[in-house]
Amino acid sequence: MSTLLAAAGSLEPAARSYLSPTGQEIVFLLVGVLVLGAAVVSVTTRQLVHAALWLVVALGGLAVEFLLLTAEFVAWVQVLVYLGSVVVLVLFGLMLTRAPIGRSPEADSGNRPAALAVGAASAATLVTLVVDAFRSSWIDLSGAAGTTRLTGEYLFSHWVLPFEALSVLLLAALVGAIVLSRSKDGGTDARPRAGKLRTGRPSAAPTKPKER
Amino acid sequence: MHLAYPAVLAVLLFSVGVYGVLARRNVILVLMSVELMLNAVNLNLVAFDVWLRDALHAGQALTLFTITIAAAEIGLGLAIVLLVYRTRRTAAVDEVTALGDRHEAADDHAKEQAAA
Repeated sequence: MSTLLAAAGSLEPAARSYLSPTGQEIVFLLVGVLVLGAAVVSVTTRQLVHAALWLVVALGGLAVEFLLLTAEFVAWVQVLVYLGSVVVLVLFGLMLTRAPIGRSPEADSGNRPAALAVGAASAATLVTLVVDAFRSSWIDLSGAAGTTRLTGEYLFSHWVLPFEALSVLLLAALVGAIVLSRSKDGGTDARPRAGKLRTGRPSAAPTKPKER
Repeated sequence: MHLAYPAVLAVLLFSVGVYGVLARRNVILVLMSVELMLNAVNLNLVAFDVWLRDALHAGQALTLFTITIAAAEIGLGLAIVLLVYRTRRTAAVDEVTALGDRHEAADDHAKEQAAA
């Protein structure tokens, strides 16, 4: 099984040792430890806003990992979409639901031990599986595979239909979000404001002839 | 680079996300954990794309699509959260139980009382 999987990628057998890592691997490991630590703090901290800010660290570290894997464009999209909009949305959500600043003792529900058990079990199972399957696989990082030019070429030559379908999906989702979050008394709120603008104009108009 | 490094990192991130989804009580923190899980999948897709080097670059294209879907999901999710907060004055997952099975809950309650 593992030999078959290895043959699909690089054909070189396990000539590389884990004990003599390359520079890229060292950087990847260091950033990976940072990402994992930030993720763990983000799901365990009791301060809700701090959780969102640690999520920024984790997602930014993942963008660096994408850069190390030569996926340049994906890394910048990650920075723009996740760090730029998703985290801001999350912070606005925390603000609008009046999340308490500081420690909130109710951040975790009662089934925390069960969650810990499930998380540990899935981590142990998947790590065992992945290490056993891909122990001898080697990624050849020479040659850029994810520059913006290349990404544009394959995205708009092979993936046009899914791309357009996804843009329609995103539009539908955002229109749905607007419809859902529009408050019912928002319509009556908007009317006096428009009237105020209309009453403001005539009062400003008579001053003009006086100045002339 | 060994393929095992990104694969193991993605697996660990996914498990952290699973823990967060199950353990958190605030809906927005649950959504953040879902984002962590989606990002673990993204890392896997990018790593396997660089490893396999197929002509279509399916891994990176799917990563971009996943990021789009994640953005749509968080926008819609936060809209629903705000709607629930406006009607129920709560953002806790375990207090939104309007669709729960009342008979079962009543049975559990009776059992607990019988045990106590």
